[in-house]
Amino acid sequence: MNSSWKTPQGMSRRHFMNHMAGSSAALSAAMTLGSSIQANAEEMRKKRKSAVMLWMGGGPPTIDIWDLKPGAVTGGPFKPISTTGDMQISEHMPLTAKQMHNLSIVRSMSTREADHNRGRYYMHTGFVPNPNIEHPSYGAVVAHELMAQRPELEIPPFVTVGGGSAGPGFLGMAWSPFSVTSNGRIRNLNMSMEDVRLRQRMAALHEIESGFAKRTRDLPAGEHGKVLKKTFDLMTSEQMEAFRVEKEDEKTKERYGTNGFGQGCLLARRLVEAGVPFIEVDLGGWDLHNNVHATLADTKLPQLDQAMSALVEDLEQRELIDDTAVIWMGEFGRTPRINANAGRDHWARSWSCVVGGAGIKGGLAVGETSSDGTRVESQPYSAEDLMATVVKGLDISLETTFMSKNRRPMKIANGGKAITELVG
Amino acid sequence: MMWTFANRSSLPIRGVGYLLCIVVSATMSLSAASAQQSQLPQVALINQQIEQGWADYEISPAKGAGDEVWCRRVYLDILGRIPTLEESKAFTSDRSKDKRTKLVRSLLYDDQYTEEYANHWATVWANMLIGRGGGNDRRDLTSRDGLMKYLRDSFASNKPYSSLVYELVTAEGDTKPGSPNFNGAVNFLIGKVNEEDGTLATSSVSRIFLGQQVQCTQCHNHPFNDWKQQKFWEFNSFFRQTRGLQRYVDGTRDIDYAELVNEDFAGEGGDPEEALIYYELRNGYLSSAFPVFTDGTEIGRSGLVDQVKRRSELGRLMLESDAMDKMAVNRYWSMFLGHGFTRPIDDMGPHNIPTHPELLDELGKAFRGNSYDIKELILWITLSKPYALDSVLGTNNKIDDPSVGESPKFSRFYLRQMSAEQLYHSMVTVASGTASGTYEDQERKRREWLRQFTVTFGTDEGDEATTFNGSIPQALMLFNGELTKNATSLKKGSFLDSLLSTGRTTTDRVNGLYLAGLGRKPTKKELQLAGSLFRAREGKEGEMLQDVWWAILNSNEFILQH
Repeated sequence: MNSSWKTPQGMSRRHFMNHMAGSSAALSAAMTLGSSIQANAEEMRKKRKSAVMLWMGGGPPTIDIWDLKPGAVTGGPFKPISTTGDMQISEHMPLTAKQMHNLSIVRSMSTREADHNRGRYYMHTGFVPNPNIEHPSYGAVVAHELMAQRPELEIPPFVTVGGGSAGPGFLGMAWSPFSVTSNGRIRNLNMSMEDVRLRQRMAALHEIESGFAKRTRDLPAGEHGKVLKKTFDLMTSEQMEAFRVEKEDEKTKERYGTNGFGQGCLLARRLVEAGVPFIEVDLGGWDLHNNVHATLADTKLPQLDQAMSALVEDLEQRELIDDTAVIWMGEFGRTPRINANAGRDHWARSWSCVVGGAGIKGGLAVGETSSDGTRVESQPYSAEDLMATVVKGLDISLETTFMSKNRRPMKIANGGKAITELVG
Repeated sequence: MMWTFANRSSLPIRGVGYLLCIVVSATMSLSAASAQQSQLPQVALINQQIEQGWADYEISPAKGAGDEVWCRRVYLDILGRIPTLEESKAFTSDRSKDKRTKLVRSLLYDDQYTEEYANHWATVWANMLIGRGGGNDRRDLTSRDGLMKYLRDSFASNKPYSSLVYELVTAEGDTKPGSPNFNGAVNFLIGKVNEEDGTLATSSVSRIFLGQQVQCTQCHNHPFNDWKQQKFWEFNSFFRQTRGLQRYVDGTRDIDYAELVNEDFAGEGGDPEEALIYYELRNGYLSSAFPVFTDGTEIGRSGLVDQVKRRSELGRLMLESDAMDKMAVNRYWSMFLGHGFTRPIDDMGPHNIPTHPELLDELGKAFRGNSYDIKELILWITLSKPYALDSVLGTNNKIDDPSVGESPKFSRFYLRQMSAEQLYHSMVTVASGTASGTYEDQERKRREWLRQFTVTFGTDEGDEATTFNGSIPQALMLFNGELTKNATSLKKGSFLDSLLSTGRTTTDRVNGLYLAGLGRKPTKKELQLAGSLFRAREGKEGEMLQDVWWAILNSNEFILQH
């Protein structure tokens, strides 16, 4: 993709500016080079990997969903049912049960962050919060590593649907999540002026930008230009069609569930097809300190079950599942003990996450918790390990190292070890 | 060059008033304010301590910022917007030596700015107290309008910081303006006391006003500081008499407003005279707590309101604590300098050594000694040397780069992005030339606009983030949004329309744009580019000015406080 920043090949900058000020013909021609790469795209498409994260904001009670303890005091009322994988899950997840051959449960997650903000940061980055440094999150890391596979991509490589995800940290604002609502509508997308005039404005803007960056010599100044370029690309791209989830037929929309999360998952599939390497879809409302089981049975689990099963099924039917990782997690689990308000509180010591797709084996339950769910009784896994598993499943090298702003090397996934049963 | 904005109809009021005020304050308060800049002892203290830090690290500071840049800076920080072209010109053409002191005093104390000052700081504090999303939902007990009204009134009257804190912590009454027992201060706590035994009230009060982060100690002893789980629940006990009640419209189930009340608390052990609470230790055993302040001071154990008003006791103890002074100073310092003395600013204590401990201490004492006068604190900070430095990272202060994790040494002004609110205020009142409608109308529009940037995380605590962070949604808004369309409009009475009839030459007018938006003149190259645009627009100057103004508003130089 080209942009108005750079002088088109074979033209001096001055020449370019003259054209810019005078006629529009040369400019328009120079700016539409993007399509010439498309011949290659089919080839690339075959190899490219993506990931979809289903983020359960608030901390889901995994003991009631993926690792049931029927009969235990802590077990709650739900019954386990069989699945197409080698494990049982909650009776309130019947549709997902039919997709479990694609997904594996890590039942021995054991982390230490039981505060929402800290847990969200840790699970998204593999690092505990540190006031002096911001670490890049899953989406930024995966997008950064997988961009080389999709030179034709003009829309943001890290999209978050219905939530905030977590930031790009030291990778820079150009890798920050592009946040959209589940109907895929994007504000302020339309420029109400001729293309050529916008490009000329961009040139004037570029002059101010470069002068300022040179004068202040401070870091954030240079980042801004990249964001402006991405914004410009996106405004003029036909790939934005991918966000138009309303174009799907009614049957498909219903299969995913006609609610925010359902349509968000459907949007995620469209974005995977369009080549976006990382999409996060958020489902909040898991902070169930009160009345946990009724809420799960009546609203949360039916909604989750419908959308999650639709996504996995759809990815499988479209032969995308082998290249698309699916990650289901929240900031932590919830206490095995049921509190006085019939709720469960924050609990990080023993809980479950779900992964599958791409190079990750499905149909397994990895690890075990004690009979009341309060302890991990096998090899415990951390956010780092889970992230390493996903990274490896996406064929990204675990030797990848980033350089933080203060020139400290940081290993991808904070040096976590991939779970061998899943990506052995 | 003649600048005749002041004769035009759309922009003049503030400009004329400002010029008047310069004259007035120059004659009236000469003795008080003039040439005292370097003699204010608190300013001297800041300068001496910060310079000591430079010496210790063997760095030299950036050069002083020019008048235009400094002027833009104080307007943004004190009033929440950039100066108008006239305001900026009035300042730069003032020849008096103490003009910086005069400007800060004018922004803080002149009647014409009181409303803007109060609005800006009410917004900043409301975001801090209830988040950007708080009180926007109809089901919410909190009334954002009520809190804003309370804060606006407080900042307009320059209420001492200590009173502000005391009122926010102890308030009783109704949330909404117009309700029978209206007390807007209740809106800080009313959404934080009912759920989960008031744990959110506990962590918010201790973090925001005492700089003590206790949320983790709800469930276990803190890994880094000396907060123990016991302390959390002792602090929590202060909030256990407090309830938020819903009041309905007569004869319906529609919520009219909410009321924050103190009620007798029977305790969890069955004895209201010894109203204890229980909490669970990590090993599953129960332990008990009574209200005890962070420094170990106990209050009466009764849960009966006519014997002990727990929140009033808490307010009293907070006012006696120097943790409150330090937190306030650290917060205000960070809001003006871009970084505080600790990182994060609201996590203070022996585990987090401040960059300038002595300065923090002394400023805290000075703040207390000056009756917690917030405007005085702002005066000290804005007139200090570090606040007046350029935002240039040079070879002599290369290590002073907090963005890579270095501790701040304040040897330059750190770049930071305007808040969404500052951008909005700047674009609406300065760049568009008009802010029409009543306060309520404007406030509604502003909130609607702000909402597009708020993303929530789906937790009970209402955690949220903003996409107004330099990423694509922000860029899209500035490229194509309504705000930019209005600001670059050529309609009669708009900023550009007014500009068109001033100055002698086109160059004058381009200069005016750069000065208004960026606080500097255009470079030669930028002028040339404007010339090219002029030709591309086939000599329609208005359209060229639109293009240039659009580029300025979209630049990093505009959006950054620098």
